[in-house]
Amino acid sequence: MESLSWTGAIGAFMNPLFLITIVCLALSLVMQIVMSFFAEPVTLQSNADGSLAERGGMFGGIEQVTKVAFLIALVLLILYAILGILLPYGQAGIIGLMFKRLLPVWISLILVYALSITFKRKLGLYGKLFDSTVGMIGFGLVMFWVFVAIFAGGFDMLITHDPLGQISGLKNKVPGVAVPDGNDVVWPHYLLGGDNLARDIFSRVIKGSVIVIAIAPLATLFAFMVGITLGLPAGYYGGKLDTVLSFLANLILAFPVILLFYLLVTPEIVATGIPSFMAAFLFVFPIVFFAVLLNSRFYTQPSKRTPLLIVVLSVLGWLYLSLISQEGTVLNFLPKWFDGFDINPGILVVFVSVVFVNSPTVFRIVRGLALDLRTRDYVAAAQTRGEGTWYIMLWEILPNARGPLIVDFCLRIGYTTILLGTLGFFGLGLPPESPDWGSTINEGRKLLLIVAHPALPPAIALLSLVLGLNLLADGLREESLKD
Amino acid sequence: MGLFILRRLGVMILTAICLTFVVFWLTNLSPNLEKLAKTQGNARMSDDAVVSYLANRGYSQPLPIKYGQWIGILPGYVIEGSDGELRGRCAERGQDPTDAPKFCGVLQGEWGYSTRFKEDVSEIISTRLGHTAKLMGLVMLVMVPGALIIGVLAGMREGSRTDRTLSTFSIISTATPEYVSGVVLIALFGTATFGMKIFKGNANSAMDDATFENFTLPVLTIALYGMGYIARMTRASMTEVMTAQYIRTARLKGVAFRTIVMKHALRNALIAPFTVIMLQFPWLLNGVVIVESLFSYKGFGWTLVEAASTNDIELLLGVSVVSVFVVLATQLISDIGYVFLNPRIRIS
Repeated sequence: MESLSWTGAIGAFMNPLFLITIVCLALSLVMQIVMSFFAEPVTLQSNADGSLAERGGMFGGIEQVTKVAFLIALVLLILYAILGILLPYGQAGIIGLMFKRLLPVWISLILVYALSITFKRKLGLYGKLFDSTVGMIGFGLVMFWVFVAIFAGGFDMLITHDPLGQISGLKNKVPGVAVPDGNDVVWPHYLLGGDNLARDIFSRVIKGSVIVIAIAPLATLFAFMVGITLGLPAGYYGGKLDTVLSFLANLILAFPVILLFYLLVTPEIVATGIPSFMAAFLFVFPIVFFAVLLNSRFYTQPSKRTPLLIVVLSVLGWLYLSLISQEGTVLNFLPKWFDGFDINPGILVVFVSVVFVNSPTVFRIVRGLALDLRTRDYVAAAQTRGEGTWYIMLWEILPNARGPLIVDFCLRIGYTTILLGTLGFFGLGLPPESPDWGSTINEGRKLLLIVAHPALPPAIALLSLVLGLNLLADGLREESLKD
Repeated sequence: MGLFILRRLGVMILTAICLTFVVFWLTNLSPNLEKLAKTQGNARMSDDAVVSYLANRGYSQPLPIKYGQWIGILPGYVIEGSDGELRGRCAERGQDPTDAPKFCGVLQGEWGYSTRFKEDVSEIISTRLGHTAKLMGLVMLVMVPGALIIGVLAGMREGSRTDRTLSTFSIISTATPEYVSGVVLIALFGTATFGMKIFKGNANSAMDDATFENFTLPVLTIALYGMGYIARMTRASMTEVMTAQYIRTARLKGVAFRTIVMKHALRNALIAPFTVIMLQFPWLLNGVVIVESLFSYKGFGWTLVEAASTNDIELLLGVSVVSVFVVLATQLISDIGYVFLNPRIRIS
């Protein structure tokens, strides 16, 4: 087998075209920025034929160039994708093959977009997201990785080789390298080259997304539960409770994050069982949250409340006990038949420390919102009605704070992704052969000055996911401010 | 105002005490001490040897006593070891422990002795902080003006193409953590892969002699991450000011747009970014740790990683005191500075 080039046969005419378009786009954007300092402010111009034009002259011309160049670039990109999917194996190079391999993701993305745009008026805030370009781009980037994680993690699709398998002779080889003869593999190429242990980088990046997509949103959700459960009373009651909790939150925030990770995630600390106890403490909060949430709502209807609470609490309690009871750690008390699942201790430690680092910030945000909202009229009305304090906090204040919280949730998933990467970057928590992006970047950076390609794909993957979440948060903020 | 600062200083000291105690407790857990004994003594020590090693060097005393000794309110230990040697916490090497001063803690200005670098902690921290100060100074020099210019240009005309382009840039820069931008920058400009080998991907030589070649990439890596956030805050503050009544008045008077921006808007728009820049310091500390490890620049962040990975207790405590001080001092400065810059707010 021959090695692949980046764009294969179609590159001969597509690449120059694409390059010219991109250069045109960049130039016209720079021109526009520079000219905006000198050109007259844009006003409506009346033309000789009696019509009105918003932008005329040089400035308007450049605006047109930008638009056209952007559209052509987009069309060319789609063309790369379609040719890559349609042409036979290897004809469209590495990029074409990657497009082909990710076909299920593209189909799912197109389906989601088509459905969402069709019904966007009925979908509330989520539907409004499709009115903003920024939000749509961000949502696309996020959903891309979500689908990659689902297909790769749930169905073992998309990957081309075993992410832990080594093929001798492919150590640090450049992208598109052919697998030597005599190896029994389905895909005869390493699409993005081999890393320093001769594993396929493309499959590792794909598999790494599963870890990130599984941990980051869930950890953020837990951090939000902790932050909300503590932040609402702190902001609502104020006083001593607020002082103590705020001091504790500031104490955690005063730690440099990396020092905290080094103190919590090393194998020695894991051996003492502190992370297990922290897990036991932190994971109580979701149970408390749901118990109080439901109890305060249905307190007056015991016939409804009691069965509901029994069902919810027993399910959550079982999940909680199975989660914290782990073989090989200090907390191992459940009998085997009752222990529903065991998660990898490395992942649990990483999860706990990320929740621990995130919750003080969430606490501060929720506390600030509660401080602001407790003076509102509807809170006074509820107090006059004689509602309980937890009802007011969870069913009056919390729903009205949802806008900023949803936006912050998106941003915080991105931040959690960065934190996970940081942990991997310092080689903490997850085992070194784990394909998550932080660890892969860490592996790649050690030889960065000699071979650059192993570190770049996970770096770009992480960047695109965090960027997507940031853009999504921006789009949501923009749209939620519009009402 | 004086009372306010005093109260903040009180909180600061309390935070520092709590925090160092937590660090002290975590580093003095038995598996960590065992690791310390094995890295300092012999990697294949027997369990008994570990116990006597730790007992001889005062590590087996109760935690509060050890902490008191470190603070300097309890007299340092003098222990006759199982090997017959007399060891004292306060004794310099070669000095007879009975002649040494009784107290030697932070209060006496003794920060202890690093087991990793075999040097006094105060010495290590001051030289390493010097290196980091050089890096941070340059980062500030690049980041702050850059971020303010981007933010003001973007916020000047909200919704214009300039605004959209610059905002996109700042979102991308906030979404790129240092370990991603550092890796990408080194791959682009530090290796021959893309044919643009302009800079060095290693800043080891920059500690003695910082040049354009070896220091650009680390400075740029930290500056880029912080820049986007400050720029976005500046933009928000600028757009808010540009919709204010007095700007409209100035426009209606026929003042040139440039004059409005420079004379009327800019001063008011720069109050909020000041706070943001100050609060950005703790985040930069993280960036410093990552970048110094990535570029093997042996500054404060690199010391933190070294101390933490070898469980160098006293160095780690020194490092955490310094970083807590940085975090809380910048908070204090931002609060006070905000009051001075914005006459509408006064702390009673």
